[in-house]
Amino acid sequence: MSKTLFDKIWDSHVVKEVPGNRQVLYIDRHFIHEVTSPQAFAGIKQRGLELFRKEKIVATADHNIPTIDQHLPIKEELSRKQVDTLIENCEEFNIPLFGMGHEKQGIVHVIGPEQGITKPGMTIVCGDSHTSTHGAFGTIAFGIGTSQVEQVMASQCLILTRPKTMRITVDGKLGSGVSAKDIILYIISQLTTSGGTGYFVEYAGSAIKSLSMEARMTICNMSIEMGARGGMIAPDQTTFDYVQGREHAPTGDDWDAAVAYWSTLNTDDGAVFDMELKYSAEDITPMITYGTNPGMAIPVNEVVPEEVSEKALSYMGLNPGEILIGKDIQHVFIGSCTNSRIEDLREVADFVKGKHRCATTKVMVVPGSKAVEAQAIEEGLDVVFKSAGFELRSPGCSACLGMNEDKIPAGEYCVSTSNRNFEGRQGPGARTILASPLTAAAAAIYGKIVDVRQYIN
Amino acid sequence: MEPINQLVTTAVPMPIEHIDTDQIIPARFLKAVTRDGFGQNLFRDWRYDKSDTPNPDFVLNNSIYSGQILVAGKNFGCGSSREHAAWALADYGFRIVISSFFADIFKGNALNNGIVPIVVDDATLNQIFEAIESDPNTTFELDLQGQTLKGGGLAINFDIDAYKKECLLNGQDDIDYLVSLKEEIKQFEERQTIY
Repeated sequence: MSKTLFDKIWDSHVVKEVPGNRQVLYIDRHFIHEVTSPQAFAGIKQRGLELFRKEKIVATADHNIPTIDQHLPIKEELSRKQVDTLIENCEEFNIPLFGMGHEKQGIVHVIGPEQGITKPGMTIVCGDSHTSTHGAFGTIAFGIGTSQVEQVMASQCLILTRPKTMRITVDGKLGSGVSAKDIILYIISQLTTSGGTGYFVEYAGSAIKSLSMEARMTICNMSIEMGARGGMIAPDQTTFDYVQGREHAPTGDDWDAAVAYWSTLNTDDGAVFDMELKYSAEDITPMITYGTNPGMAIPVNEVVPEEVSEKALSYMGLNPGEILIGKDIQHVFIGSCTNSRIEDLREVADFVKGKHRCATTKVMVVPGSKAVEAQAIEEGLDVVFKSAGFELRSPGCSACLGMNEDKIPAGEYCVSTSNRNFEGRQGPGARTILASPLTAAAAAIYGKIVDVRQYIN
Repeated sequence: MEPINQLVTTAVPMPIEHIDTDQIIPARFLKAVTRDGFGQNLFRDWRYDKSDTPNPDFVLNNSIYSGQILVAGKNFGCGSSREHAAWALADYGFRIVISSFFADIFKGNALNNGIVPIVVDDATLNQIFEAIESDPNTTFELDLQGQTLKGGGLAINFDIDAYKKECLLNGQDDIDYLVSLKEEIKQFEERQTIY
């Protein structure tokens, strides 16, 4: 029988059926961080349980750590306590921790792929909704709550209902100045923030196949923003080339066997999805958000729609029918698990080289990991950012969710390469406009929203 | 987890769509290492102004409305996987959330914390809002075993996953069951090839 990519991986991980339409699914990798793990560790201890497969857990500190002076103790008491609790738990249970200052530290969804921990065919979970990022490798990867973090710690399994499947095909060639971030913002604007709920999405089509692994991660990362459980892309030569040679990648005969298996991980001809959507890459232009959820996105040169939530527009200080081009921008944030990888930084540096930020626009560039930071410095991107007046900070989740000091002041606008423009997400009263790294870079230079296509060759 | 079967209580109306987890509990309040105390920051930025003064226009600050049911617009709980959202609702005292649509991860987190998510159609949701608006003291009666909610002139039959229903009725979570499967899980691991 013809199977989808999702079916193949899911079916190969079902340990058993549970009455009530549920299945016990085996989890291959479990990423943890400081915010959603402490109560799970406490639960394990309280119940007197052991970690069932501690070697399948990888820990990092990313959500609330500062992005300056990472060699110093964390000043903010509650953040320090949470990070210290992670350190204590990892020591007690003997789990590798890439903590603050560690050369392998970074945002959990950046370090998994870059170390070769994330590999095709796996099931991957983390107490973070953007775990869907790892789906770019042809994995079933999804975010879970802390009770489920505890369940995976105790049994390496979860009791789940099988999601429905959706295929989103994007065919064609992307225009100049249009990137993966624009593709996913476009898709979410079509589907709304709830259109994918209950589904696991496979992204396919020539426009998706032509993307690099990092761009594919950007797409899969935001699957949750349309409500989907996760998103995935069939592994291909681009995937294998990315994985090969990384620290945790198989080698020798194992590599050949792995590639032979990974090559079977694609949707069979004739496999049926519960829902199919098709888009044309030529219809996609640079996108920006105008409201308070990621579905409230428009092409940069279009006006704010008439029929939208008054509450959202009032929060954003915008009006129906208004065009955002020319809107003054006080902050630009380049970072987050959506867009903080080396290709994102290269794209931004390439655009800003020889230019300087607008005097009234502050710019933060926060690399996704220590490895990304080191690579950026090796390539001289730090010099480009410095000359442009951009502040290159140390890795962490940073202003994506404002758990640390990196917040946007109330009422001010921030063009952000992150994934959520919810009220208060970047700080109480902060007004977030989501965009691609290129659109963000242009906003930094010109101090306002522009159609970046007019500024590139 | 505290078992739940029958409950008679009033309801708090929040007719706002797409209430995301950052509104339920903003990220800056996720720094605790225990599950307790999140209720005080439930809907923090809607509930209090910048100087921490209660916003009189927000429903939780309106003494007319109280009870253990939260009634919210569609797509409640979208966004982050933070279980702190469910902890905050439970800690505040909510045991039931009614909406016409729930985000996936939130729904699972609610069920894992003894909160009953009840999905109704849009028309019924509006009728519930109207009933509470015309009389804030309207009481609703939950019968989880019978999967009914009655009140405000309405008698609603709702769906709930059979497995999770048993968990709620008995106050059990998934861990005990999963731990009991260890031998089967080990056998699965022996069959599995991973790279």
